[in-house]
Amino acid sequence: MKARLEQIREKAISQITGCESAEKLNEVRVAILGKKGELTNLLKSMKDVAPEERPKVGQMVNEARAEIEKVLEEHKTRMEKVLREARMKAEVIDVTLPAKRAQLGHRHPNTIALEEVERIFVGMGYEVVEGSEVEKDYYNFEALNIPADHPAKDEQDTFYVVSETGDILLRTQTSGVQVHEMEKGRLPIRMIAPGRVFRSDEVDATHSPCFYQIEGLVVDKNITFADLKGTLAEFARALFGEDTKVKFRPHHFPFTEPSAEVDVSCFKCGGKGCRFCKGSGWIEILGCGMVHPHVLEVSGIDPEEYTGFAFGIGLERIALLKYEIDDMRLLYENDIRFLRQF
Amino acid sequence: MNTALSWIKAYVPELECSDQEYCDKMTLSGTKVEGFDRKDKNLEKIVVGQIDAIEKHPDADKLIVCQVNIGSETIQIVTGANNVKVGDKVPVVLNGGKVAGGHDGGPLPEDGISIKAGKLRGIPSNGMMCSIEELGSDRTMYPEAPEEGIYIFERESDCDGEVSSKEVSSKEVSSEKDGKSHVEVGADAVELLGLHDTVFEYEITSNRVDCYSVLGVAREAAATFGKTFVPPEVKMVGNDEDVNDYVSVEVRDKDLCPRYCARVCKNIKIGPSPQWMQRRLAASGIRPINNLVDITNYVMEEYGQPMHAFDLDTIAGHKIIVRRANDGDEFQTLDGQMRKLDGEVLMICDAEKEIGIAGIMGGENSKITDDVHTVLFEAATFNGPNIRKSAKRIGLRTDASGKFEKGLEPHNAEDAINRACQLIEELGCGEVVGGMVDIAEPMAEQKVLPFRPEKYNKLLGTSISEEEMLEIFGRLDIGTVKKEDGSIELVIPYFRQDLTCDADIAEEVVRFFGYDKVPDTLPSGEAMTGKLSYKLRIEQKARDIAEYCGFSEGMNFSFESPRVFDKLLLPADDVLRRTVTISNPLGEDYSIMRTLPLHGMLSSLAINYNRRNKDVKLYELGNVYLPGKLPLTELPEERMQFTLGFYGEGDFYVMKGVAEEFFAAVGMHKKPSYTPDSGKPFLHPGRQAEIRYDGVLVGYLGEVHPEVLDNYGIGTKAYIAVLDMPNLIPFTTFDRKYEGIAKYPSVSRDLSMVVPKNILAGDIENVILQRGGKLLESCQLFDIYEGAQIKQGFKSVAYSVTFRAKDRTLEESDVNAAMKKILNGLEQLGIELRQ
Repeated sequence: MKARLEQIREKAISQITGCESAEKLNEVRVAILGKKGELTNLLKSMKDVAPEERPKVGQMVNEARAEIEKVLEEHKTRMEKVLREARMKAEVIDVTLPAKRAQLGHRHPNTIALEEVERIFVGMGYEVVEGSEVEKDYYNFEALNIPADHPAKDEQDTFYVVSETGDILLRTQTSGVQVHEMEKGRLPIRMIAPGRVFRSDEVDATHSPCFYQIEGLVVDKNITFADLKGTLAEFARALFGEDTKVKFRPHHFPFTEPSAEVDVSCFKCGGKGCRFCKGSGWIEILGCGMVHPHVLEVSGIDPEEYTGFAFGIGLERIALLKYEIDDMRLLYENDIRFLRQF
Repeated sequence: MNTALSWIKAYVPELECSDQEYCDKMTLSGTKVEGFDRKDKNLEKIVVGQIDAIEKHPDADKLIVCQVNIGSETIQIVTGANNVKVGDKVPVVLNGGKVAGGHDGGPLPEDGISIKAGKLRGIPSNGMMCSIEELGSDRTMYPEAPEEGIYIFERESDCDGEVSSKEVSSKEVSSEKDGKSHVEVGADAVELLGLHDTVFEYEITSNRVDCYSVLGVAREAAATFGKTFVPPEVKMVGNDEDVNDYVSVEVRDKDLCPRYCARVCKNIKIGPSPQWMQRRLAASGIRPINNLVDITNYVMEEYGQPMHAFDLDTIAGHKIIVRRANDGDEFQTLDGQMRKLDGEVLMICDAEKEIGIAGIMGGENSKITDDVHTVLFEAATFNGPNIRKSAKRIGLRTDASGKFEKGLEPHNAEDAINRACQLIEELGCGEVVGGMVDIAEPMAEQKVLPFRPEKYNKLLGTSISEEEMLEIFGRLDIGTVKKEDGSIELVIPYFRQDLTCDADIAEEVVRFFGYDKVPDTLPSGEAMTGKLSYKLRIEQKARDIAEYCGFSEGMNFSFESPRVFDKLLLPADDVLRRTVTISNPLGEDYSIMRTLPLHGMLSSLAINYNRRNKDVKLYELGNVYLPGKLPLTELPEERMQFTLGFYGEGDFYVMKGVAEEFFAAVGMHKKPSYTPDSGKPFLHPGRQAEIRYDGVLVGYLGEVHPEVLDNYGIGTKAYIAVLDMPNLIPFTTFDRKYEGIAKYPSVSRDLSMVVPKNILAGDIENVILQRGGKLLESCQLFDIYEGAQIKQGFKSVAYSVTFRAKDRTLEESDVNAAMKKILNGLEQLGIELRQ
């Protein structure tokens, strides 16, 4: 009996380890461990064993069974591994074949530039607001120190709209939003107001009758020209890079005093002078100044108590510069080959 | 404004700086230099040579061989020019030197032209004699230069020095008296021609009327560099006659002419003006004409005060009347053109007739000719806006009107007219009659502002000392008066009308203190939360979704042509044809504000189609402008439209899908309803729908009408959707609530139906959704078929309907009951269940 058991065990192990397929392994398993298998049969012949021997023999059979099962399991795992590897070998793909891309659309370069500007100012605590594009003369001009006969009104070549009152126009600047915000009477103010503006310029590579500005306004107690400088320097570095240098030049706007134009060091050549900055090393990006006391006053704010600064950025200018677009007309043509580049 | 630096230096004699330094410093103190042009940029090794001998070239008929004395030696030069004679002194560029341009003028090469010794037809030539064009200039600037050929400094036959010298007011006048008589051989020819000079172009801001003049800029230059400003010393010259015996002046429309000064000069001798004057004018872009005209132009540049010279003998009654024109009058200006006038144009008249348009241009009938004997000078102050508007209406903008329209200061007129008379005398151009006719409104009193240093520093965020501020005021001719109580008052000079408040003074302080020296700080005060408005957040989401769905963002103008309504097949009485109309558009194509966003979208698709771009998907977020009452009495309504359009791969349902992705992304989770035939004439009648959400119209979509496609030249199907943001935004939300993932299994039943063709899928879904009860989770269309196996007028439609309870596993009976209700409802629509 014992010899028989040993014989089955050895045969089983050698058969199992000799198997090369799952089917064969199963056959072996059935032949040995199955209901009519050799080991099962051996167990059935237990009745021939002397009763006092039975527990001992039983234990021996069980041990043999456990060992065979273990070897079987191990071989099965080993075999599956080999098979999987063989299968993967056959599944090699050409990873250089083209990607299957979701055809995402693209944002307009103006919007990308605007969102960058918005992100910077929102980070500095500014609220982004809007004003209307068709506007009253009062908000576009008069409240901004540009009275009826002011030459600035000509300079800006305003589109007027047919109206009974004669004072409705397409805004030439977003500066009117300053007045609307101040009139709300909620102080302090920290806002930027992006939007479309209109000027009577024929379409060419550098002009468009319809373009975007971003107005900025801060009004509070103790706002200084130094704050204006610091804020815009921060903005310029955030937009054009940490190494950007900023230059403030005196200028004149009717609704700010003192006023300045701001140049940044050319981000192409770093200020050495190149075709991009026309050799000067500097690129003009915006106009700004301290809110004129008269503008504060007509908007209901006491200029002795409050001061403020304002700035206006030409969005297309930023977009053209940042993305090196050489013709403004491309922005309004919507050729998909242009838009896909952003 | 263009001005030669030498002219500025005439009033700031101590000024010494490089061109670049001048450019940078002036810009940083507020006089923006746009650029500069060095006149001697490419002029190298050019001296005065005298021609000793001329021989014919042995082998070329058109060439001559000259022996030219250049001081140190005599060199041989071969030339093709035929205007030179022995004894002529001419500019000579030596071997290895450079000239600016070719002899025929034309654009100047960037790096000039190098001159090397060589042979011309076998004869050695060791340099080149230069024409004025080769020196980078032209006869406008050097009218004495010959029309063709070599510039000649001096010809031996010329000997009469014509300049008579009297007491003179400025250095350059005195240097003129020995003028051309000492042209030394070997001298720097560029120097002699005044070409060691740089012309600067300034951008003057509209508040600085005083800087539209050489003196104004020179004053700024002196203040910028901390040098002394030496303006010309103007004296009231004149004989002992009285101008009032020559002319009388009456100003009738004083509102348009606050000051009118007139002086008379007699025994006028017309001739060329001195070269220094010609060159300064030419550098400023003004063509030298003759001494009289040049003097008026010179003073206009110098003082920023335009003047006019009339021939007194043409002035009827020797009387000047300043008054408005009559509506419909016509007048011939001195350029010979007839001009139409109206009642707001100010005219200069004599006793009988109009003789000039005030501040714009004189008349043909009183213009100066070479026979003039007696001249009436006018220096007046006219109302700036009136001049600007008149010039615009008449269509005649002149140098003079350009200056007047800025609003000149009345004091300036007197200084300028006296300066002109002084120059007349000094240049021997005529005899000045004593006295000045001066008709003036009371001039504004001298402005005085309190000195508030702490206020300036508080505004600027600086701590500039009082002493430094006072020193800056000194440079700017701002006077200071110490009052009894110890306070200081600032006395504003008359030419600084722009200084009216503390902020103005603070700017004067800081622009000379240096903008760059102001510290960079950030606003103090309470921290504030930055954010986008809710509307802008929704728009941002719209962009995101459109882009996820493959649409790229386009932008179109807000104005378009009224003809687009015809292209879009809008009926004549369509309400969208009521537009906000621009009264002064850039042409009809840009004359109305768009009332619907389709033209821009379709034009953009058409551009792409024409350029053979495949599968183009675009979106735009932009306003339409809807007027209330017409003509407008108040601002129009601006409605933000989210417009999508595409051609190429995809169909109506792709577009519908984009709209629904957007709705889902902005928290609009209810099922929108789609009504066919939304009545849009520009869409395919059978393939369009209005989109409603909770019963509110939020947009429409559809296939573009084939005729509209033809109108735009799009040769393939195109689809558009327009979502109206103002109507849609009230339904949007960024709030989200977690609902729990279902624990119990769902049960699905398939519904296979034969449906009359006119029943819409939406109708079937409505029945399912309404009758499915609480247990209904969803219904999904999985098959739709029309064809042979289905009877005429019907279609086969199949839905999978899913039920689920949140708190238990559904029983068969639950589902059966719900399905029964649904089936009853469908039967009422004439739908049969397929077996």
